[in-house]
Amino acid sequence: MKCGPLARIILAIFFVAMVVSPLFIKRIAARREVAKSTLDLQTALARHGFYLQEVSRAAGVNFVHQGPTLDHKLDHIMPEVASMGASVSIVDFDRDGWPDIYVTNSAEGSHNALYRNQHDGTFKDVAPEMGVADVNQSGTGVSMAAVWGDYDNDGYEDLLLVKWGRPELYHNDAGHGFTRVTDTGLPAWVNANSAIWLDYDGDGLLDIFIGGYYSEDLDLWHLNNTRIMPESFEYAKNGGRKYLFHNLGNGKFEDVTEKMGINSRRWTLATSAADLRGTGRPDLFVANDYGVSELYLNDGKRFREVGEKTGVGFAPKSGMNVAFGDIGNQGKYAIYVSNISEEGVLIQGNNLWVPKEGSAADDLKYENLARDMGVELGGWSFGAQFADLNNDGTLDLYLTNGNVSLDHSRNYWYDFSKVAGGNTAIIGDAKNWPAMEGRSLSGYQQKRVWINDGAGKFVDVAQAVGVTDTYDGRSVAMADLWNRGVLDVVVANQRGPLLIYKNTVAPENKWIEFELTGTNSNRSAIGAQVTVFWNGQRQVQEVSGGSGFCAQNQRALHFGLGKTSQVEKVLIRWPSGKVQTIEKLNVNEIHKVKEPA
Amino acid sequence: MSASATRPIETPQWKRFVSLENRYIAPIFITLILLVGHLSFGILESYQKTLLAIVASIGTELILSRLFFGKWPNIASAYITGISVGILIRSPAYWPYAVCSIVSITSKYVLRVKGRHIWNPSNFGISVMLFLAPETVASLSIQWGNYLLPMVVIWVLGSVIIYRLKRFHISGLYVASFLIFAFLRSRLTGSPWQSEIAPITGPMYQLFIFFMITDPRTTVRSKTGQCITVICVALLEMILRLNQVVYAPFYALFIVGPSAMLIEMWLDSRRASAVGATVAA
Repeated sequence: MKCGPLARIILAIFFVAMVVSPLFIKRIAARREVAKSTLDLQTALARHGFYLQEVSRAAGVNFVHQGPTLDHKLDHIMPEVASMGASVSIVDFDRDGWPDIYVTNSAEGSHNALYRNQHDGTFKDVAPEMGVADVNQSGTGVSMAAVWGDYDNDGYEDLLLVKWGRPELYHNDAGHGFTRVTDTGLPAWVNANSAIWLDYDGDGLLDIFIGGYYSEDLDLWHLNNTRIMPESFEYAKNGGRKYLFHNLGNGKFEDVTEKMGINSRRWTLATSAADLRGTGRPDLFVANDYGVSELYLNDGKRFREVGEKTGVGFAPKSGMNVAFGDIGNQGKYAIYVSNISEEGVLIQGNNLWVPKEGSAADDLKYENLARDMGVELGGWSFGAQFADLNNDGTLDLYLTNGNVSLDHSRNYWYDFSKVAGGNTAIIGDAKNWPAMEGRSLSGYQQKRVWINDGAGKFVDVAQAVGVTDTYDGRSVAMADLWNRGVLDVVVANQRGPLLIYKNTVAPENKWIEFELTGTNSNRSAIGAQVTVFWNGQRQVQEVSGGSGFCAQNQRALHFGLGKTSQVEKVLIRWPSGKVQTIEKLNVNEIHKVKEPA
Repeated sequence: MSASATRPIETPQWKRFVSLENRYIAPIFITLILLVGHLSFGILESYQKTLLAIVASIGTELILSRLFFGKWPNIASAYITGISVGILIRSPAYWPYAVCSIVSITSKYVLRVKGRHIWNPSNFGISVMLFLAPETVASLSIQWGNYLLPMVVIWVLGSVIIYRLKRFHISGLYVASFLIFAFLRSRLTGSPWQSEIAPITGPMYQLFIFFMITDPRTTVRSKTGQCITVICVALLEMILRLNQVVYAPFYALFIVGPSAMLIEMWLDSRRASAVGATVAA
């Protein structure tokens, strides 16, 4: 070497510094995080503006999810292949003005529950008398997700239940019971986890999108062989097909999937729709396991898949959630897609797709700002929803996670990663997968409650605000369960209890809610956009026919306003295209708005 | 991963370029892997991250070579290191790509014994990152899409090139050892043999087998020594795998590679001493 000893010493120091730099970066990142210790209610209120208390038992809810047990050929990896089915959706099924809760069960013969809001802080399971409990009978498959929409515009929300099995449509008989609708045109069997209501053509009738996971050719209880797994960990296209059903208005639906340009066999786990370009039509975002996400832009007569072009469909991950949120109060939606991150094995990171500055309409481009904004790592992430949990005027993010929690001390990751790297012939056949033998796979994980600081960063305060459970979380739904002007959180856990986190918010923060009813538009007002302008800010939200992972929030839109006690104006764009402006609205009120004729 | 650099001086330039024995073979081959992998299946985390790894690697090599050897280096080796880091490191962050490349190249200049660097640069860098930054960094452990064909093409092409570079025995023996140990692991653990051989069907192993374990600069010189070394790598990998270490091949090479080099150096010095003593006598 030409340089002298001093230069070599400097180089050695530089080298050591570079080698240990990951440790410093880790320490710096850790400093940014809020202390993980739990806080009492008053301290949490003072520090973060809200506190969540788990009250399910006190509220009369003691639901525990039972997982599916599939064909015995899959026994050795049953906890992994049957790791879904817990879902929750919010509906006011009896139109009493109070949100009710529907939750799915997934063992053969198990019962789903419909918790009617008793208006006194408690709920009562009325699913048996309403006829929506015993829906997991042998031979019909088991429940995976449920979404609500008034498909016949009779004023009552109807139930679409998707299963690994027969999709079911239940007509709501004026809140007094449900009747299973037959001869609807829905397929006889779909192994789906994802379904949403949307009015893709703006005809005032709610249509249906169903995203298959396992192939619809499989009866998972009677398998001919074990070749049911994804052909690839990142490029699989042997999952279930997608379905777009056009509502014909007579209780029947027509399969228009191919006609509308949707043709995919990726392993869909989550779907949601929102108008991403201001066209007045809902676009469709599909998050897929074992592959890239898909974004279908609605051009009116046809959908156009632009995942790769827009940036959201480039890197294959394990998409498990789709939630839209105007996180920057800029009148445009970011999209949160959850994935898998397991220290030392697989760091996919969750995606927060934010529209690039200056891109819009046909030139729509997204960039992933999950890392920059602090919402990237959430373990084996499942359901997530945006919601202003502390009413400070910015949307926060609640994420649940955890895949399979069995033996605390032994985990399946090594074997999982071994097979995941294998060729199609190996990964695609369940018999090649090593037995789990009671081992966990990303189990017992701490949840994330990221509060938005309004300046581009989210900070996890889950432990501090009372979210301390470590169940295998799947589905998250937001609702103002007791009409108090705060959003409570309901979480469905796989093989675990349904949790209700009752929210207490610092009283100085104001709020406003909108309960919309369509007239020319679909009566559920799914697809209606509300923009609230206050204190020089604006925030847009959209009534959704399903979002997150196997979930549906309450239909009413909730806006936190911070300390402002005045809303400048509210702009409502109905799915029919009608635009309504309302001024001088009181804050701290739920406003019922009917679409003007 | 370093490129082989031996070639006869008298060979004409054009002949050297088209010859399978020139130093551009390895860079061209790894670029081919990158392109096939990415254009077919999109294996890269992002273009920017891979570019960052390559630029950081080449930049570090240029600076350090200029400073410490007083000359501009051939950048083939740094290019291979950068591109390997770009393919093998998986992280949502940018910094691991830069840090890994810098650490890899710098290791060549710092960790030297008797004028030779003893760790394969990218093996060193990647192992350090996997070990010290597991919350941010993982390695590529996915497969070549859904089909066997791209994998077979890479295997065949890689084998031919490695054969022409007279290092096929290293790759071949490693593959044979891996398979034997895989079946042994299957017997010991009760796992399906398919799951034990699954990792070697992925691109990570192709890079490992064709570039890391065959690196001329960081493998021992004798053919017998190379064979013993590579069997030891596979053996240690098996032991690590039995202990459920996900990145067993990287760590096995990290430990065995330099150990073999040091043993060879020690044997060489003993031989030299013995020869010196004989001459003196």
